[in-house]
Amino acid sequence: MEFLRPGSWEEALAAKAEHPAAVPIAGGTDVMVEINFDRRRPEYLLDLNRIGDLYEWETVGDEVRLGASVPYTRIMEELRAELPGLALAAHTVGSPQIRNRAGVGGNLGAASPAGDSHPPLLAAGARVEAASVRGTRLIPAEEFYTGVKRNALAPDELIRAVRIARADGPQQFSKVGTRNAMVIAVCAFSLALHPRTRTVRTGIGSAAPTPVRARAAEDFLAAALDEGGCWETGRPLPPSAARRFAELAAGACNPIDDVRGTARYRRHAVAVMARRTLGWTWDAYRGGERGARCA
Amino acid sequence: MRVNLTVNGRPQQADDVWEGESLLYVLRERLGLPGSKNACEQGECGSCTVRLDGVPVCACLVAAGQAEGREVVTVEGLATGGDGTELSLVQQAFTDAGAVQCGFCTPGLLVAADELVRRNPDPSDADIREALSGNLCRCTGYEMILDAVRLAAARAGEAG
Ligand SMILES: Cc1cc2nc3c(=O)[nH]c(=O)nc-3n(C[C@H](O)[C@H](O)[C@H](O)COP(=O)(O)OP(=O)(O)OC[C@H]3O[C@@H](n4cnc5c(N)ncnc54)[C@H](O)[C@@H]3O)c2cc1C
Ligand code: FES
Ligand code: FES
Repeated sequence: MEFLRPGSWEEALAAKAEHPAAVPIAGGTDVMVEINFDRRRPEYLLDLNRIGDLYEWETVGDEVRLGASVPYTRIMEELRAELPGLALAAHTVGSPQIRNRAGVGGNLGAASPAGDSHPPLLAAGARVEAASVRGTRLIPAEEFYTGVKRNALAPDELIRAVRIARADGPQQFSKVGTRNAMVIAVCAFSLALHPRTRTVRTGIGSAAPTPVRARAAEDFLAAALDEGGCWETGRPLPPSAARRFAELAAGACNPIDDVRGTARYRRHAVAVMARRTLGWTWDAYRGGERGARCA
Repeated sequence: MRVNLTVNGRPQQADDVWEGESLLYVLRERLGLPGSKNACEQGECGSCTVRLDGVPVCACLVAAGQAEGREVVTVEGLATGGDGTELSLVQQAFTDAGAVQCGFCTPGLLVAADELVRRNPDPSDADIREALSGNLCRCTGYEMILDAVRLAAARAGEAG
């Protein structure tokens, strides 16, 4: 094994181009487990810890450009207002020790269907900034996940950052597990209201081979909110609409039975989380944001 | 490969380190610091908790090469006094509160609790539970551990 230690982003891209089989290591919370348990013996480890750019975030227009390695702890502490869905999800990851090291770049690199950052990235509207010596491209999150633990990165590409729309309305994240700390999601759900475009977006984790959006549920809800004039009036949602939204969200799942839960349980739980997160976000919209704007 | 790092304030050098080796292995097997414990090697138990540039992490999940040039504090670095024989506030509180049974989880808990009390001198119970949520103990049932951290925080407050 060789340990590659690039000191700059350009050096990292050059190293990845020269050794496409090199395994990037950021927080190491996925990679080191695989090495410790002899599940992986990469020829090259490509350490990203020395690349300061990956640990910074900035706002560019309506987007946050979140460096790939910004640890979850900082996302929780620094980005609650801009990225509330992701900040809530970050808080549920592992434990403080894990959150101090791990970040979204590693979550995307691992592309586990259970990764907690995926649902809020889908719901907020995120693009993965993939770079190589050939150039940079932006991959929409929904196109990034290509299969169980597979993603759209080319062998010579690295994730530089994730560009995530700044929240223009309430966002929520909900995760089912056996306890609060150190839990891989049985399933997870994230919802973002986008009052500016009068749309809603969702993300579901651990209930299909890849993280997915519940598009039929999103379209149904957007239409129901429009027809009812709800965005203007902020009136309570009819329970029938919330129920239908939940059913459609469950319908977007394609879950499996495994040690963490059955497919049937996952569908049911996604419906419950969809209904609850809708209630929370709509209440927040009615109470806080819209009220403040009308006053 | 060779790894240079600072451990508990002392520059250290480890040779013949395998590239896939963890910081935990380097500390225990190459630098003679077996205080940090190895139980799960997968980040679940926290018994290997150390501070890396001040931040609590699982040493089993840090690649040795990633620690190059960094500062590490292990449980061996908590005790004070010239010869390291004076227990730190948190260590003393753990012994006084009976928070130690078999002791295997203790080093990791001490490092995590020490960091909490320094960062937040008046932690709520929720803060304590959150700060220790990455550390498992199979003996105590945690109550004595919570007592110990409350005691340490109270004493830190008294000491100003
Ligand atoms: C005890 C424990 C609890 C956990 N709990 C959770 C949890 O609750 N929720 C959750 O979602 N995950 C959890 N995880 C998994 C893990 O922490 C996350 O997937 C995390 O986001 C990985 O980030 P990292 O920086 O540590 O990744 P690493 O382990 O460094 O890398 C992960 C993968 O991404 C690749 N990679 C990293 N950075 C880049 C980059 N910039 N460009 C391209 N590829 C890259 C690596 O090559 C590797 O394939 C847990 C892990 C442990 C050990
Ligand atoms: S040995 Fe590192 S967390 Fe268990
Ligand atoms: S005292 Fe035995 S594991 Fe905690």
